[in-house]
Amino acid sequence: MAAGVSLASRAAAVRRRRPRRVRYHLVVLLFMSPWILGFLGFILYPMLASLYFSFTKYNLLQSPEWVGLFNYRFMLQHDSLFWQAVRNTVWIVLFGTPIQIAFAIATAMVLTRVKSGSGFYRTLFFLPTMVPAVAAALAFVFLLNPAGPVNTILRFLHVPEPLWFASPQWSKPALVGLSLWGIGETMIIFLAALLDVPAQLYEAADLEGAGPWQKFRYVTLPMISPVIFFSLVIGVIFGFQYFTQAYVASGGQLHLGEPQGSLRFYAVWMYQQIQYTHMGYAAAMAWALFLVVMACTVVLTKTSGRWVHYQGGR
Amino acid sequence: MAVTTTRAARGGVTPRAVPPAERRRRFLVAVANQSVAIALSAVFVLPFIFILLTALMTQQQALTTDLWPSPFRWGNFARVFSEIPLIRYTYSTVVYAVLSTVGTVLSSIPVAYALSRMRWRGRNIVFLLVLSTLMLPVQVTIVPLYVVFVRLHWIGSLKPLIVPAFFGDAFTIFLLRQFFLTIPEELSDAARVDGASELQILTRVIVPLAKPAVAAVALFQFLYCWNDFFGPLLYTGSNPKVWTLAVGLSQYSSVVHRSVLWNIQMAASILFMLPVILLFLLAQRVFIEGVTLTGVKG
Repeated sequence: MAAGVSLASRAAAVRRRRPRRVRYHLVVLLFMSPWILGFLGFILYPMLASLYFSFTKYNLLQSPEWVGLFNYRFMLQHDSLFWQAVRNTVWIVLFGTPIQIAFAIATAMVLTRVKSGSGFYRTLFFLPTMVPAVAAALAFVFLLNPAGPVNTILRFLHVPEPLWFASPQWSKPALVGLSLWGIGETMIIFLAALLDVPAQLYEAADLEGAGPWQKFRYVTLPMISPVIFFSLVIGVIFGFQYFTQAYVASGGQLHLGEPQGSLRFYAVWMYQQIQYTHMGYAAAMAWALFLVVMACTVVLTKTSGRWVHYQGGR
Repeated sequence: MAVTTTRAARGGVTPRAVPPAERRRRFLVAVANQSVAIALSAVFVLPFIFILLTALMTQQQALTTDLWPSPFRWGNFARVFSEIPLIRYTYSTVVYAVLSTVGTVLSSIPVAYALSRMRWRGRNIVFLLVLSTLMLPVQVTIVPLYVVFVRLHWIGSLKPLIVPAFFGDAFTIFLLRQFFLTIPEELSDAARVDGASELQILTRVIVPLAKPAVAAVALFQFLYCWNDFFGPLLYTGSNPKVWTLAVGLSQYSSVVHRSVLWNIQMAASILFMLPVILLFLLAQRVFIEGVTLTGVKG
């Protein structure tokens, strides 16, 4: 620990070893204290308390009443809206995340190929990402309303006009569309990864007579696979927390989950439980969420060895 | 150039014959690439244009399928202020964002310093713990926190959003640590030889050198607060007096869902996103580099 510090401080440490080291570690403790207190108060305590609440019935007015596994059993066996929320959430994670990643790679590749003006295009592609989620969702609710600009254009092209946020079949695809508009951050990360691919690899592929698709499949994809993996993990973790856009697109507080429950996502249903002061049940949902997210991350990490290639055998 | 010569050499074609064809091919490829980029730009930019055009329509026209406003109603932007308490929402948002940013930066700097420039047993494990909290869904901790804030009578105020910011933020700590690691160790050593304490090294050597990084994390935190929705909704939803812009505008949408005031809603959205967009255009490099750092190193 103290070993490896610079020569100067080591020499000083030899002079007054004990008190110096204790004082040094007190300084470490002092500097770390905001995080330590925050970790104990805002993460560790809430997680443990959440676990306890999940075995109780608790409405904030009376003290928690122990009910054992009742919340979990009710959740898994009797709460059909819970399962609806799970289905909706799995849908958005399963379809939304890969589409977002594919679109981000595609836009990033466009940026790498454009010879002039790529900085300008990058700014344009990134701009929607800056729009606050609530404003972006409000904008899409308008853009996709039955008489809105998107359907006007579709009518002009003689393409069928979906009802988007007004129909349970099209509400989730509409949200995926919204997420593609704000793809900027993912795109930038892929852009950096694409620019990092050594040019010799493409030259070697050229010499071997590889076509564009083969170069993408056997050079680009493996080289950017760590970033794909990172985006997948992030996509899963945030997919399970999907809330803001669904809240706004449903039409706010009084219409949560509409149309017909198609936008009732996991976080939305949990939020409603807190609103109903079903704190025990909400805590059970929180722990179920935690376990599922952990499990997904572990599975992704375990299987990543097969398809994620780290340069230099990291 | 290199490609052309290899191709010519390999195919055994005379060097003179290739350039025109190759030049034409390259030109066509460049045109194709530009066309794709322009088409994509249209997809990304058109929503902004439609939002703006609708914000300038009359209430009646905004309900029709018209795409072009006639007449132009610039007054809609003024009307937003009488329809929605935008000033009050902005005030709450700024209070939340500024205090939370100050708290986050002040509390995260020493943590990042201890995690990057001081040596102690278990440092890497603690750093991993900090990183893993980044992955933790907010929903997991929200229920007991909500209970605590109910007990403290903080629900319906901005306190549940601001106070936790003074206890370090994992993302900020991570970014600052990454930057602190790039500062040469010799600078700290020189200060140590001069008898500077760790606190003095932090405040006199490291922080002045890390000003760009501190500015970047402050910017990120401010924007996070400006856009934040779940927390403000949960904690202040019951008290319209302290609604932030995000919460206020989202509530307004439930009225608009019955399609009444598209024009005002779009004008309000523009006013909400404008400061952030301007900030982005001014400090674009900070954003792009910050995002790249989180992605590549994360």
